[in-house]
Amino acid sequence: MLKEHFKKPAGEAETEISYEKPQAPDGLFQKCDGCGKIVLQEDIENNWYCCPKCGRYYRIGARERIPMIADENTFQEWDSGLTGGNPLQFEGYEEKLDTLRKSTGYAEAVVMGEARICGMRIALGVMSAEFLMGSMGTAVGEKITRMIGRATAERLPVVLFCCSGGARMQEGIFSLMQMARTAQAIKEHDEAGLLYIPVLTDPTTGGVTASFAMLGDVILAEPGALIGFAGPRVIRQTIGQKLPQGFQSAEYLLKHGFVDRIVRRERLRSTLGILLRSSGYGRKES
Amino acid sequence: MEEKNREGAVSAWDRVQIARSADRPYIKDFISRIFDGFLELHGDRLFGDDRAVIGGIAAIDKQYVTVIGQQKGRNAKENKRRNFGMPNPEGYRKALRLAKQAEKFSRPILFFVDTPGAFCGMEAEERGQGEAIARNLFELSDLRVPVLSIITGEGGSGGALAFAVANEVWMLENAVYSVLSPEGFAAILWKDKKRAEEAAEVMKMTAEELKGMGIVEKVIPEPQPANIADMDDLALSMRREIRSFLKYYQDMPAEEIVRRRKDRFRSYGVFD
Repeated sequence: MLKEHFKKPAGEAETEISYEKPQAPDGLFQKCDGCGKIVLQEDIENNWYCCPKCGRYYRIGARERIPMIADENTFQEWDSGLTGGNPLQFEGYEEKLDTLRKSTGYAEAVVMGEARICGMRIALGVMSAEFLMGSMGTAVGEKITRMIGRATAERLPVVLFCCSGGARMQEGIFSLMQMARTAQAIKEHDEAGLLYIPVLTDPTTGGVTASFAMLGDVILAEPGALIGFAGPRVIRQTIGQKLPQGFQSAEYLLKHGFVDRIVRRERLRSTLGILLRSSGYGRKES
Repeated sequence: MEEKNREGAVSAWDRVQIARSADRPYIKDFISRIFDGFLELHGDRLFGDDRAVIGGIAAIDKQYVTVIGQQKGRNAKENKRRNFGMPNPEGYRKALRLAKQAEKFSRPILFFVDTPGAFCGMEAEERGQGEAIARNLFELSDLRVPVLSIITGEGGSGGALAFAVANEVWMLENAVYSVLSPEGFAAILWKDKKRAEEAAEVMKMTAEELKGMGIVEKVIPEPQPANIADMDDLALSMRREIRSFLKYYQDMPAEEIVRRRKDRFRSYGVFD
Protein backbone atom coordinates (compact mmCIF):
# COMPACT_ATOMS: atom_id res chain seq x y z
CA MET A 1 0.00 0.00 0.00
CA LEU A 2 2.88 2.32 0.74
CA LYS A 3 4.92 1.48 -2.31
CA GLU A 4 2.83 3.18 -4.97
CA HIS A 5 3.31 6.54 -3.31
CA PHE A 6 7.03 6.47 -3.82
CA LYS A 7 7.28 6.67 -7.58
CA LYS A 8 9.16 9.89 -8.01
CA PRO A 9 12.88 9.44 -8.55
CA ALA A 10 15.14 10.99 -5.96
CA GLY A 11 18.10 13.27 -6.54
CA GLU A 12 21.70 12.29 -6.92
CA ALA A 13 23.37 9.59 -4.91
CA GLU A 14 24.27 10.73 -1.45
CA THR A 15 27.73 10.98 -0.04
CA GLU A 16 28.68 9.18 3.10
CA ILE A 17 27.80 10.69 6.46
CA SER A 18 31.22 11.41 7.86
CA TYR A 19 32.17 11.29 11.50
CA GLU A 20 35.48 12.23 12.97
CA LYS A 21 36.57 9.10 14.79
CA PRO A 22 37.52 6.01 12.81
CA GLN A 23 36.87 2.41 13.68
CA ALA A 24 39.43 0.21 15.34
CA PRO A 25 42.12 0.10 12.67
CA ASP A 26 42.84 -3.00 10.60
CA GLY A 27 46.24 -4.48 9.87
CA LEU A 28 49.23 -5.69 11.83
CA PHE A 29 50.45 -2.34 13.10
CA GLN A 30 48.34 0.73 13.64
CA LYS A 31 48.81 4.34 14.39
CA CYS A 32 46.55 5.29 17.28
CA ASP A 33 44.48 8.35 16.41
CA GLY A 34 44.47 9.22 20.10
CA CYS A 35 48.16 9.38 20.92
CA GLY A 36 49.69 8.93 17.48
CA LYS A 37 51.84 6.01 18.64
CA ILE A 38 52.32 2.89 16.58
CA VAL A 39 50.64 -0.05 18.27
CA LEU A 40 50.24 -3.72 17.45
CA GLN A 41 46.73 -4.65 16.33
CA GLU A 42 46.88 -7.74 18.49
CA ASP A 43 47.61 -5.61 21.54
CA ILE A 44 44.54 -3.52 20.81
CA GLU A 45 42.40 -6.63 20.55
CA ASN A 46 43.82 -8.02 23.79
CA ASN A 47 43.17 -4.71 25.51
CA TRP A 48 39.38 -4.60 25.05
CA TYR A 49 39.84 -2.67 21.80
CA CYS A 50 41.48 0.21 23.59
CA CYS A 51 44.88 1.71 22.78
CA PRO A 52 47.47 -0.06 24.96
CA LYS A 53 49.47 3.18 25.10
CA CYS A 54 46.89 5.90 25.81
CA GLY A 55 43.75 3.93 26.66
CA ARG A 56 41.67 5.45 23.88
CA TYR A 57 38.42 3.56 23.29
CA TYR A 58 37.92 2.36 19.73
CA ARG A 59 34.48 1.84 18.35
CA ILE A 60 33.46 -1.79 18.11
CA GLY A 61 30.55 -3.55 16.50
CA ALA A 62 28.43 -6.56 17.34
CA ARG A 63 31.15 -9.03 16.30
CA GLU A 64 33.60 -7.71 18.88
CA ARG A 65 31.05 -6.77 21.53
CA ILE A 66 29.08 -9.97 21.87
CA PRO A 67 32.00 -12.23 22.90
CA MET A 68 33.07 -9.51 25.33
CA ILE A 69 29.70 -9.48 27.08
CA ALA A 70 27.96 -12.83 26.65
CA ASP A 71 28.88 -16.13 28.27
CA GLU A 72 30.83 -18.22 25.79
CA ASN A 73 28.78 -19.54 22.86
CA THR A 74 25.45 -18.49 24.36
CA PHE A 75 24.45 -15.89 21.78
CA GLN A 76 21.66 -16.86 19.39
CA GLU A 77 20.65 -14.29 16.83
CA TRP A 78 17.01 -13.29 16.32
CA ASP A 79 15.60 -11.93 13.05
CA SER A 80 19.05 -12.11 11.47
CA GLY A 81 17.85 -11.72 7.90
CA LEU A 82 15.45 -8.87 8.54
CA THR A 83 16.08 -5.87 6.30
CA GLY A 84 14.04 -2.87 5.26
CA GLY A 85 13.15 -1.37 1.91
CA ASN A 86 13.64 2.00 0.33
CA PRO A 87 10.48 3.80 1.42
CA LEU A 88 11.35 7.15 -0.19
CA GLN A 89 12.86 5.48 -3.30
CA PHE A 90 16.01 7.40 -2.46
CA GLU A 91 18.43 7.10 -5.33
CA GLY A 92 21.46 4.95 -4.64
CA TYR A 93 20.24 3.82 -1.22
CA GLU A 94 19.72 0.15 -2.04
CA GLU A 95 23.10 -0.04 -3.77
CA LYS A 96 24.70 1.55 -0.76
CA LEU A 97 23.08 -0.99 1.57
CA ASP A 98 24.27 -3.84 -0.67
CA THR A 99 27.83 -2.55 -0.64
CA LEU A 100 27.75 -2.15 3.13
CA ARG A 101 26.36 -5.64 3.64
CA LYS A 102 29.27 -7.03 1.68
CA SER A 103 31.96 -4.89 3.29
CA THR A 104 30.77 -5.15 6.91
CA GLY A 105 29.19 -8.60 6.96
CA TYR A 106 26.21 -7.11 8.81
CA ALA A 107 22.70 -7.22 7.30
CA GLU A 108 21.76 -4.04 9.14
CA ALA A 109 23.05 -1.59 11.77
CA VAL A 110 21.87 -3.68 14.70
CA VAL A 111 22.27 -7.32 15.71
CA MET A 112 19.66 -8.78 18.05
CA GLY A 113 19.34 -11.99 19.92
CA GLU A 114 19.48 -13.76 23.22
CA ALA A 115 22.47 -14.62 25.31
CA ARG A 116 23.49 -15.37 28.85
CA ILE A 117 25.42 -13.07 31.12
CA CYS A 118 26.81 -14.72 34.24
CA GLY A 119 24.37 -17.55 33.51
CA MET A 120 21.31 -15.31 33.26
CA ARG A 121 19.28 -15.31 30.06
CA ILE A 122 18.85 -11.87 28.48
CA ALA A 123 17.78 -10.27 25.24
CA LEU A 124 20.83 -8.55 23.80
CA GLY A 125 21.10 -5.95 21.05
CA VAL A 126 24.23 -4.35 19.66
CA MET A 127 24.38 -1.49 17.18
CA SER A 128 27.37 -1.19 14.87
CA ALA A 129 28.75 2.15 13.70
CA GLU A 130 30.35 0.48 10.67
CA PHE A 131 26.90 0.16 9.15
CA LEU A 132 25.80 3.67 8.09
CA MET A 133 26.84 5.11 11.48
CA GLY A 134 24.37 2.86 13.25
CA SER A 135 21.59 5.05 11.91
CA MET A 136 18.01 4.06 12.69
CA GLY A 137 15.90 3.15 9.71
CA THR A 138 12.79 1.02 9.57
CA ALA A 139 14.70 -2.26 9.83
CA VAL A 140 16.65 -1.10 12.89
CA GLY A 141 13.44 0.12 14.52
CA GLU A 142 11.67 -3.10 13.60
CA LYS A 143 14.43 -5.32 14.99
CA ILE A 144 14.60 -3.39 18.26
CA THR A 145 10.81 -3.34 18.59
CA ARG A 146 10.58 -7.07 17.91
CA MET A 147 13.38 -7.88 20.31
CA ILE A 148 11.81 -5.88 23.13
CA GLY A 149 8.39 -7.36 22.34
CA ARG A 150 9.78 -10.89 22.49
CA ALA A 151 11.66 -10.07 25.70
CA THR A 152 8.39 -8.84 27.20
CA ALA A 153 6.58 -12.02 26.16
CA GLU A 154 9.38 -14.25 27.49
CA ARG A 155 9.96 -12.04 30.54
CA LEU A 156 13.59 -11.35 29.71
CA PRO A 157 15.65 -8.33 30.69
CA VAL A 158 17.02 -6.29 27.79
CA VAL A 159 20.59 -5.04 27.39
CA LEU A 160 21.03 -2.78 24.37
CA PHE A 161 24.37 -1.36 23.24
CA CYS A 162 23.56 1.97 21.63
CA CYS A 163 25.78 3.46 18.97
CA SER A 164 24.20 5.70 16.41
CA GLY A 165 24.45 8.93 14.49
CA GLY A 166 20.64 9.16 14.80
CA ALA A 167 17.92 8.90 12.19
CA ARG A 168 18.51 7.17 8.83
CA MET A 169 18.01 10.21 6.60
CA GLN A 170 17.47 8.12 3.47
CA GLU A 171 14.27 6.72 5.01
CA GLY A 172 12.84 10.13 5.91
CA ILE A 173 9.70 10.22 8.03
CA PHE A 174 9.68 6.43 8.43
CA SER A 175 12.96 6.73 10.26
CA LEU A 176 11.41 9.30 12.61
CA MET A 177 8.50 6.97 13.38
CA GLN A 178 10.92 4.37 14.75
CA MET A 179 11.56 6.60 17.75
CA ALA A 180 7.92 6.32 18.78
CA ARG A 181 7.77 2.59 18.02
CA THR A 182 10.82 1.68 20.09
CA ALA A 183 9.71 3.91 22.99
CA GLN A 184 6.30 2.23 22.92
CA ALA A 185 7.88 -1.23 23.05
CA ILE A 186 10.00 -0.19 26.04
CA LYS A 187 6.90 1.15 27.79
CA GLU A 188 5.26 -2.28 27.50
CA HIS A 189 8.43 -3.99 28.74
CA ASP A 190 8.55 -1.54 31.63
CA GLU A 191 4.88 -2.06 32.49
CA ALA A 192 5.62 -5.80 32.68
CA GLY A 193 8.11 -5.05 35.44
CA LEU A 194 11.17 -6.01 33.43
CA LEU A 195 14.68 -4.56 33.49
CA TYR A 196 16.07 -2.58 30.57
CA ILE A 197 19.67 -1.41 30.47
CA PRO A 198 20.92 0.70 27.55
CA VAL A 199 24.71 0.96 27.36
CA LEU A 200 25.68 4.18 25.60
CA THR A 201 28.78 3.91 23.46
CA ASP A 202 30.51 6.34 21.14
CA PRO A 203 28.55 7.98 19.55
CA THR A 204 24.95 7.96 20.78
CA THR A 205 23.13 10.92 19.26
CA GLY A 206 19.97 12.23 17.61
CA GLY A 207 16.85 10.14 17.43
CA VAL A 208 18.42 7.25 19.30
CA THR A 209 19.26 9.49 22.27
CA ALA A 210 15.74 10.93 22.05
CA SER A 211 14.18 7.48 22.27
CA PHE A 212 15.43 4.11 23.53
CA ALA A 213 18.89 5.21 24.71
CA MET A 214 17.47 7.44 27.45
CA LEU A 215 14.70 5.14 28.68
CA GLY A 216 16.62 2.63 30.76
CA ASP A 217 15.97 1.62 34.36
CA VAL A 218 19.73 1.90 34.63
CA ILE A 219 21.73 3.73 31.96
CA LEU A 220 25.41 2.81 31.59
CA ALA A 221 27.97 4.54 29.39
CA GLU A 222 31.50 3.87 28.16
CA PRO A 223 34.26 6.30 29.09
CA GLY A 224 34.61 9.25 26.75
CA ALA A 225 31.58 8.35 24.61
CA LEU A 226 29.91 11.24 22.80
CA ILE A 227 26.27 11.31 23.92
CA GLY A 228 23.77 13.99 22.98
CA PHE A 229 20.65 14.95 21.12
CA ALA A 230 22.07 17.51 18.70
CA GLY A 231 25.61 16.95 17.50
CA PRO A 232 28.29 19.43 18.63
CA ARG A 233 28.67 20.85 15.12
CA VAL A 234 24.96 21.56 14.84
CA ILE A 235 24.98 23.31 18.21
CA ARG A 236 28.00 25.41 17.26
CA GLN A 237 26.25 26.44 14.05
CA THR A 238 22.91 27.14 15.74
CA ILE A 239 24.08 29.27 18.61
CA GLY A 240 27.56 30.33 17.56
CA GLN A 241 28.74 29.45 21.03
CA LYS A 242 32.05 27.83 21.79
CA LEU A 243 31.45 24.55 23.51
CA PRO A 244 33.30 23.69 26.69
CA GLN A 245 35.88 20.91 26.87
CA GLY A 246 34.24 17.55 27.42
CA PHE A 247 30.78 18.80 26.38
CA GLN A 248 28.46 15.81 25.66
CA SER A 249 30.98 13.28 26.91
CA ALA A 250 29.77 10.39 29.05
CA GLU A 251 31.43 12.13 31.99
CA TYR A 252 29.47 15.32 31.27
CA LEU A 253 26.20 13.38 31.19
CA LEU A 254 27.08 11.68 34.45
CA LYS A 255 27.71 15.06 36.03
CA HIS A 256 24.36 16.37 34.80
CA GLY A 257 22.45 13.33 36.01
CA PHE A 258 21.62 11.56 32.75
CA VAL A 259 23.60 8.35 33.12
CA ASP A 260 23.90 6.12 36.17
CA ARG A 261 27.47 4.92 35.76
CA ILE A 262 30.43 5.03 33.45
CA VAL A 263 31.77 1.53 33.14
CA ARG A 264 35.08 0.42 31.63
CA ARG A 265 34.89 -2.42 29.13
CA GLU A 266 36.63 -4.89 31.39
CA ARG A 267 34.00 -4.29 34.08
CA LEU A 268 30.91 -4.25 31.88
CA ARG A 269 30.07 -7.92 32.11
CA SER A 270 30.37 -8.09 35.90
CA THR A 271 28.47 -4.81 36.33
CA LEU A 272 25.63 -6.11 34.16
CA GLY A 273 25.70 -9.32 36.20
CA ILE A 274 25.19 -7.41 39.45
CA LEU A 275 22.40 -5.28 37.98
CA LEU A 276 20.60 -8.34 36.63
CA ARG A 277 20.94 -10.35 39.83
CA SER A 278 19.87 -7.43 42.05
CA SER A 279 16.76 -6.99 39.89
CA GLY A 280 15.62 -10.53 40.54
CA TYR A 281 17.00 -12.41 37.56
CA GLY A 282 18.86 -15.68 37.81
CA ARG A 283 16.96 -16.97 40.82
CA LYS A 284 14.53 -19.50 39.48
CA GLU A 285 16.01 -19.85 36.04
CA SER A 286 17.13 -23.10 34.51
CA MET B 1 3.64 33.10 -1.12
CA GLU B 2 1.53 32.12 -4.05
CA GLU B 3 4.44 31.13 -6.24
CA LYS B 4 3.57 28.31 -8.51
CA ASN B 5 5.92 26.09 -10.41
CA ARG B 6 5.62 25.46 -14.11
CA GLU B 7 2.87 22.86 -13.77
CA GLY B 8 0.81 25.32 -11.77
CA ALA B 9 1.00 23.19 -8.62
CA VAL B 10 2.48 24.37 -5.33
CA SER B 11 5.87 22.69 -4.90
CA ALA B 12 7.10 21.09 -1.69
CA TRP B 13 9.58 23.93 -1.25
CA ASP B 14 6.76 26.50 -1.70
CA ARG B 15 4.92 24.76 1.11
CA VAL B 16 8.00 24.87 3.32
CA GLN B 17 8.06 28.63 2.81
CA ILE B 18 4.33 28.95 3.48
CA ALA B 19 4.62 26.80 6.62
CA ARG B 20 7.36 29.10 7.89
CA SER B 21 5.77 32.39 6.90
CA ALA B 22 5.34 35.02 9.60
CA ASP B 23 1.67 35.63 8.90
CA ARG B 24 0.71 32.01 9.42
CA PRO B 25 -1.56 31.46 12.44
CA TYR B 26 0.16 30.10 15.55
CA ILE B 27 -1.38 28.12 18.39
CA LYS B 28 -2.68 31.18 20.26
CA ASP B 29 -4.51 32.31 17.12
CA PHE B 30 -6.09 28.89 16.74
CA ILE B 31 -7.02 28.63 20.41
CA SER B 32 -8.85 31.94 20.49
CA ARG B 33 -10.86 31.11 17.37
CA ILE B 34 -11.54 27.40 17.77
CA PHE B 35 -12.31 27.08 21.47
CA ASP B 36 -14.87 28.70 23.74
CA GLY B 37 -12.35 29.49 26.44
CA PHE B 38 -8.79 28.74 27.48
CA LEU B 39 -7.01 28.67 30.81
CA GLU B 40 -3.25 28.57 30.40
CA LEU B 41 -1.22 26.56 32.88
CA HIS B 42 2.50 26.98 33.36
CA GLY B 43 5.68 25.22 34.32
CA ASP B 44 7.27 21.79 34.40
CA ARG B 45 7.67 21.68 38.23
CA LEU B 46 11.34 20.83 37.71
CA PHE B 47 13.15 23.74 36.16
CA GLY B 48 10.98 26.46 34.70
CA ASP B 49 8.29 27.54 32.29
CA ASP B 50 9.24 27.23 28.64
CA ARG B 51 7.48 29.97 26.71
CA ALA B 52 8.04 28.10 23.44
CA VAL B 53 5.28 25.78 24.61
CA ILE B 54 1.75 26.79 25.53
CA GLY B 55 -0.54 24.46 27.40
CA GLY B 56 -3.75 24.56 29.35
CA ILE B 57 -7.40 23.66 29.53
CA ALA B 58 -9.82 24.67 26.81
CA ALA B 59 -13.53 24.23 26.34
CA ILE B 60 -15.29 23.27 23.15
CA ASP B 61 -19.03 22.73 23.15
CA LYS B 62 -19.14 22.36 26.93
CA GLN B 63 -16.45 19.69 26.78
CA TYR B 64 -13.10 20.28 28.42
CA VAL B 65 -9.91 19.33 26.63
CA THR B 66 -6.20 19.87 27.28
CA VAL B 67 -4.47 21.86 24.55
CA ILE B 68 -0.68 21.88 24.15
CA GLY B 69 1.56 23.19 21.40
CA GLN B 70 4.56 25.19 20.32
CA GLN B 71 4.22 28.96 19.99
CA LYS B 72 6.45 30.93 17.62
CA GLY B 73 6.93 34.68 17.82
CA ARG B 74 6.06 37.14 15.11
CA ASN B 75 8.89 39.57 15.71
CA ALA B 76 12.35 39.66 17.30
CA LYS B 77 11.03 40.55 20.73
CA GLU B 78 8.42 37.80 20.76
CA ASN B 79 10.87 35.30 19.36
CA LYS B 80 13.31 36.03 22.12
CA ARG B 81 10.61 34.90 24.52
CA ARG B 82 9.24 32.08 22.38
CA ASN B 83 12.61 30.89 21.07
CA PHE B 84 11.17 30.61 17.53
CA GLY B 85 8.92 27.79 18.77
CA MET B 86 11.88 25.56 19.57
CA PRO B 87 11.26 23.98 22.98
CA ASN B 88 13.86 23.32 25.61
CA PRO B 89 13.60 20.18 27.76
CA GLU B 90 11.36 22.01 30.24
CA GLY B 91 8.89 22.61 27.40
CA TYR B 92 8.58 18.89 26.74
CA ARG B 93 8.35 18.23 30.46
CA LYS B 94 5.62 20.85 30.89
CA ALA B 95 3.73 19.21 28.03
CA LEU B 96 4.08 15.79 29.63
CA ARG B 97 2.93 17.08 33.00
CA LEU B 98 -0.18 18.56 31.40
CA ALA B 99 -0.80 15.41 29.36
CA LYS B 100 -0.65 13.23 32.48
CA GLN B 101 -2.97 15.69 34.21
CA ALA B 102 -5.39 15.40 31.30
CA GLU B 103 -5.29 11.63 31.60
CA LYS B 104 -6.00 11.79 35.32
CA PHE B 105 -9.09 13.92 34.74
CA SER B 106 -10.21 12.18 31.54
CA ARG B 107 -9.73 15.15 29.25
CA PRO B 108 -8.89 14.45 25.60
CA ILE B 109 -5.60 16.01 24.49
CA LEU B 110 -5.14 18.21 21.44
CA PHE B 111 -1.60 19.00 20.34
CA PHE B 112 -0.89 21.85 17.92
CA VAL B 113 2.49 21.22 16.33
CA ASP B 114 4.51 24.03 14.78
CA THR B 115 8.23 23.89 15.41
CA PRO B 116 11.47 23.93 13.42
CA GLY B 117 12.57 21.30 15.95
CA ALA B 118 13.71 20.89 19.53
CA PHE B 119 16.20 23.61 20.47
CA CYS B 120 19.82 22.68 19.70
CA GLY B 121 21.62 24.61 22.41
CA MET B 122 24.16 23.90 25.09
CA GLU B 123 21.77 24.33 28.00
CA ALA B 124 19.17 22.15 26.28
CA GLU B 125 21.73 19.35 26.13
CA GLU B 126 22.74 19.95 29.73
CA ARG B 127 19.17 19.56 30.88
CA GLY B 128 18.60 16.43 28.82
CA GLN B 129 16.86 17.34 25.57
CA GLY B 130 17.10 13.73 24.39
CA GLU B 131 15.72 12.37 27.64
CA ALA B 132 12.84 14.85 27.65
CA ILE B 133 11.72 13.87 24.13
CA ALA B 134 12.22 10.16 24.81
CA ARG B 135 10.13 10.40 27.98
CA ASN B 136 7.26 12.01 26.05
CA LEU B 137 7.28 9.25 23.43
CA PHE B 138 7.36 6.65 26.20
CA GLU B 139 4.55 8.13 28.31
CA LEU B 140 2.28 9.28 25.48
CA SER B 141 2.31 5.78 23.97
CA ASP B 142 -0.23 4.45 26.46
CA LEU B 143 -2.16 7.48 27.70
CA ARG B 144 -5.73 6.39 28.37
CA VAL B 145 -7.41 9.42 26.77
CA PRO B 146 -7.84 10.24 23.07
CA VAL B 147 -4.96 12.26 21.63
CA LEU B 148 -5.12 14.31 18.44
CA SER B 149 -2.14 16.13 16.94
CA ILE B 150 -2.60 18.80 14.30
CA ILE B 151 0.52 19.92 12.47
CA THR B 152 -0.28 23.49 11.53
CA GLY B 153 3.08 24.74 10.24
CA GLU B 154 6.45 23.10 10.59
CA GLY B 155 6.61 19.56 11.96
CA GLY B 156 10.33 19.46 12.62
CA SER B 157 11.80 16.10 13.57
CA GLY B 158 11.80 14.64 17.09
CA GLY B 159 10.80 18.02 18.44
CA ALA B 160 7.50 17.62 16.60
CA LEU B 161 7.11 13.88 17.15
CA ALA B 162 7.21 14.44 20.92
CA PHE B 163 3.81 16.14 20.45
CA ALA B 164 2.56 13.71 17.82
CA VAL B 165 2.24 10.31 19.48
CA ALA B 166 -1.47 10.45 18.89
CA ASN B 167 -4.51 8.44 17.87
CA GLU B 168 -4.73 10.63 14.80
CA VAL B 169 -2.32 13.09 13.26
CA TRP B 170 -3.76 15.75 10.96
CA MET B 171 -2.00 18.37 8.90
CA LEU B 172 -3.05 21.66 7.42
CA GLU B 173 -2.64 21.51 3.66
CA ASN B 174 0.49 23.66 3.62
CA ALA B 175 2.09 22.21 6.73
CA VAL B 176 5.20 20.04 6.46
CA TYR B 177 6.47 17.16 8.60
CA SER B 178 9.90 15.61 8.26
CA VAL B 179 12.81 13.85 9.91
CA LEU B 180 14.94 16.98 9.50
CA SER B 181 14.72 20.36 7.78
CA PRO B 182 15.34 20.16 4.04
CA GLU B 183 18.44 22.30 4.59
CA GLY B 184 19.77 19.82 7.15
CA PHE B 185 18.89 16.86 4.94
CA ALA B 186 20.75 18.39 1.97
CA ALA B 187 23.74 19.21 4.17
CA ILE B 188 24.00 15.67 5.54
CA LEU B 189 23.28 13.63 2.42
CA TRP B 190 24.64 15.90 -0.30
CA LYS B 191 26.99 18.12 1.70
CA ASP B 192 25.21 21.07 0.13
CA LYS B 193 22.71 23.17 2.05
CA LYS B 194 21.75 24.97 -1.13
CA ARG B 195 20.02 21.89 -2.45
CA ALA B 196 17.26 22.28 0.14
CA GLU B 197 14.62 22.82 -2.51
CA GLU B 198 15.47 19.51 -4.13
CA ALA B 199 15.60 17.86 -0.68
CA ALA B 200 12.07 19.06 0.09
CA GLU B 201 10.84 17.12 -2.95
CA VAL B 202 12.82 13.98 -2.18
CA MET B 203 11.83 13.88 1.49
CA LYS B 204 8.05 13.59 0.85
CA MET B 205 7.25 16.06 3.59
CA THR B 206 3.98 17.60 2.39
CA ALA B 207 0.59 16.85 3.93
CA GLU B 208 -0.73 15.16 0.82
CA GLU B 209 2.31 12.90 0.42
CA LEU B 210 2.30 11.96 4.10
CA LYS B 211 -1.38 11.14 3.95
CA GLY B 212 -0.67 8.92 0.98
CA MET B 213 1.96 7.10 3.00
CA GLY B 214 -0.36 6.60 5.96
CA ILE B 215 1.61 8.89 8.29
CA VAL B 216 -1.31 11.31 8.73
CA GLU B 217 -5.03 10.64 8.75
CA LYS B 218 -6.44 13.91 7.53
CA VAL B 219 -5.43 16.94 5.52
CA ILE B 220 -7.29 20.13 6.40
CA PRO B 221 -7.72 22.15 3.19
CA GLU B 222 -6.39 25.68 2.97
CA PRO B 223 -8.22 27.24 0.02
CA GLN B 224 -5.83 30.17 0.54
CA PRO B 225 -2.61 29.71 2.51
CA ALA B 226 -3.63 30.16 6.15
CA ASN B 227 -3.17 33.76 7.23
CA ILE B 228 -3.86 35.43 10.56
CA ALA B 229 -5.65 38.25 8.79
CA ASP B 230 -8.27 35.92 7.37
CA MET B 231 -8.56 32.65 9.23
CA ASP B 232 -12.14 32.49 10.46
CA ASP B 233 -13.27 29.94 7.88
CA LEU B 234 -10.25 27.76 8.55
CA ALA B 235 -10.84 27.94 12.32
CA LEU B 236 -14.49 27.04 11.80
CA SER B 237 -13.65 23.99 9.73
CA MET B 238 -11.05 22.91 12.29
CA ARG B 239 -13.57 23.33 15.09
CA ARG B 240 -16.00 21.13 13.19
CA GLU B 241 -13.38 18.44 12.60
CA ILE B 242 -12.21 18.53 16.21
CA ARG B 243 -15.77 18.15 17.45
CA SER B 244 -16.29 15.12 15.28
CA PHE B 245 -12.98 13.62 16.53
CA LEU B 246 -14.10 14.12 20.13
CA LYS B 247 -17.48 12.63 19.40
CA TYR B 248 -15.95 9.58 17.74
CA TYR B 249 -13.78 8.76 20.76
CA GLN B 250 -16.28 9.90 23.40
CA ASP B 251 -17.57 6.50 24.47
CA MET B 252 -14.60 4.40 23.45
CA PRO B 253 -13.14 2.36 26.33
CA ALA B 254 -9.65 3.49 27.40
CA GLU B 255 -8.13 0.11 26.49
CA GLU B 256 -9.42 0.49 22.96
CA ILE B 257 -8.05 4.04 22.67
CA VAL B 258 -4.61 2.84 23.78
CA ARG B 259 -4.72 -0.21 21.53
CA ARG B 260 -5.55 1.85 18.47
CA ARG B 261 -2.79 4.35 19.13
CA LYS B 262 -0.27 1.55 19.55
CA ASP B 263 -1.44 -0.25 16.41
CA ARG B 264 -1.06 2.97 14.49
CA PHE B 265 2.65 3.17 15.31
CA ARG B 266 3.20 -0.57 14.98
CA SER B 267 2.14 -0.25 11.36
CA TYR B 268 5.24 1.85 10.51
CA GLY B 269 7.47 -1.18 10.33
CA VAL B 270 8.80 -3.98 8.19
CA PHE B 271 6.60 -6.92 7.41
CA ASP B 272 7.83 -10.20 6.05
